[in-house]
Amino acid sequence: MTAVLTRPVEAPAVRGRRNATSIVVLIVAGVYFLVPLAAAIWFTVQDKVHGGVTGEYYTSIPQAEGFAGALRRSLTLAVLSVLGVLLVTVPAMLAVTLRLPRLRPLVEGLSLLPLVIPPIALVAGVRDMLALGPDQLAGTPLGDALVSSQDPDLPIILVVVYIVLATPFAYRSLDAGIRAVDARTLVDAARGLGSSWFDVVWRVLLPNLRGAVLGAAFLTLGLVLGEYTIAGILLFETLPTWLVKISGQNGQLSVSVSTASLLFTWLLLLVVSLADRRPTSRRDS
Amino acid sequence: MSAVGVRMLGMRRSFGAVRALDGLDLVIEPGEFIALLGPSGCGKTTALRVLAGFETADAGSVWVGDRDITGLAPNKRDMGMVFQAFSLFPNLTAADNVAFGLRVRGVDGAARRKRAADLLELVGLGQAGKRYPHQLSGGQQQRVALARALAIEPRVLLLDEPLSALDAQVRVQLRDEIRRIQQRLGITTLFVTHDQGEALSVADRVGVMRAGRLEQLADPDTLYHRPATPFVGEFVGTMNRLPGVLGPHGTVRVLGADRPVAEGSEAAPGDVVVLVRPEAMTLSASDSGTALVVVRTFHGALTRLSVRLGDGDEAFVDLPSPAAAGIRPGDTVTVGVGEGAVLVAAAGDTPARVPAHEDA
Repeated sequence: MTAVLTRPVEAPAVRGRRNATSIVVLIVAGVYFLVPLAAAIWFTVQDKVHGGVTGEYYTSIPQAEGFAGALRRSLTLAVLSVLGVLLVTVPAMLAVTLRLPRLRPLVEGLSLLPLVIPPIALVAGVRDMLALGPDQLAGTPLGDALVSSQDPDLPIILVVVYIVLATPFAYRSLDAGIRAVDARTLVDAARGLGSSWFDVVWRVLLPNLRGAVLGAAFLTLGLVLGEYTIAGILLFETLPTWLVKISGQNGQLSVSVSTASLLFTWLLLLVVSLADRRPTSRRDS
Repeated sequence: MSAVGVRMLGMRRSFGAVRALDGLDLVIEPGEFIALLGPSGCGKTTALRVLAGFETADAGSVWVGDRDITGLAPNKRDMGMVFQAFSLFPNLTAADNVAFGLRVRGVDGAARRKRAADLLELVGLGQAGKRYPHQLSGGQQQRVALARALAIEPRVLLLDEPLSALDAQVRVQLRDEIRRIQQRLGITTLFVTHDQGEALSVADRVGVMRAGRLEQLADPDTLYHRPATPFVGEFVGTMNRLPGVLGPHGTVRVLGADRPVAEGSEAAPGDVVVLVRPEAMTLSASDSGTALVVVRTFHGALTRLSVRLGDGDEAFVDLPSPAAAGIRPGDTVTVGVGEGAVLVAAAGDTPARVPAHEDA
């Protein structure tokens, strides 16, 4: 009661000032983010030879040498990484929440490790390990696996590394989602109503964690589509490494690809946030 | 389906060093509505969760009818449960929530929809089937949760403080409705609550728990008028704690009079605490009295007077309002204990709870 009575009543002047402040912040942030983007777009549509505006750099993207391969490779890696990271983090998260709450600090700590270890250190370790394949481990199944994981057409080793890199983000997203729904009570309710564990996960938890799962997937996707260091050092050609390569030869083409991929990423974000909307009406099934 | 009884025998459950259940024996008759009442940490929720199968007991057995279900998984127990927290599945409509248990049982769509609609009607939400949980008020959500629990035709209905998150008015309304539905369906019900008003008003019998055991299991009237132990007496309703001297022959001297000692008293002869209900006190205006009226509160038929005794202790006295009409704060009065046996506790005994200005 006292809390209600003693809560300060906000004066209109204060609220007005706060509004003005937020508008200023919004403008500063907008300038910070949009000006470089606008500059990039302007750079890509300038016709340096004839003057004026041209869309030729965008239309020439699909034919650029190596682009189609790099894009296909990056998308494949991204999809595999998303599936992989969900396969690792979702069951781990459910296990920690429902059955092994005492392991939560340990799992949380482990999930944060990839953020603490610099990618450059990670990739150095990966490279040394890969070197064992054709070397000490030659002829063994593990050695063969290490060799075949480096297929330049579809380097599975990158999927493995990306799953590790994406774990902190996926874990955070799922953690926030699971904390928001009181999973414990929902699980008890579903169990009490006769659900098997499979039903609990499939009919209750996953539908209510849809936003969190999509968020985890999207963060992973974004990470894989933009990752340069590891792919570059391991000498695989993905979209980011191709971009860097092409930027030395054709600056405007490279920037137009970057811009296009940025817009593509935004589009994905939009799709995710639309898909996460709560249903307001639905067929009664 | 005819109602079944429930027996929990010798239940033990420890969480680390805390004994949540310490040899609990609880027998619920078929179709009976039992409320478990007790301070927080007394083990009442653990008892309910063990019965539901969400917790496993360290020792003891659980029987429903003549079947031992001690080791049975919760999804095989056929019990309907309503939780304290709002537990509806946020992604499903009210009707789909109610039908959930039937869906996992493989009941076909038309039968499911029919049953969900019937149950929503039963809890007074016939029109709300297409709404999602976030479009319902707290009271409506708990009604849907009740309908969902009943949809599977459970053998036992479990209610885990289902009203505690609701507003006072909704709470009373839903409480009465739960009782009405329970009586209509004749379903064996266990209701856990820390609110004695709730427990006493709806249950056939109320079990008062303390430290993992049942202190007393009795109908509300017996519980209130003939508490088995000082703890029960003080936990249920309001009790005055008056100083007294216990004699050797089963009588106790309190406020200048000798009264017989009630069964269940726990004290050795000598200085003791005498427990007396406010309505069992007597009071008369008297200029030579040693007690002083401090506060007067009007409760309709009764008026409660808060009185400071000669030794500085305070006591409540409930009088029929007409009898209290002439008595004002500041008056000196003589206070006594009415005829009849009184409950006695050891002098060092701590109160079950701080006597509060509330009605039982």
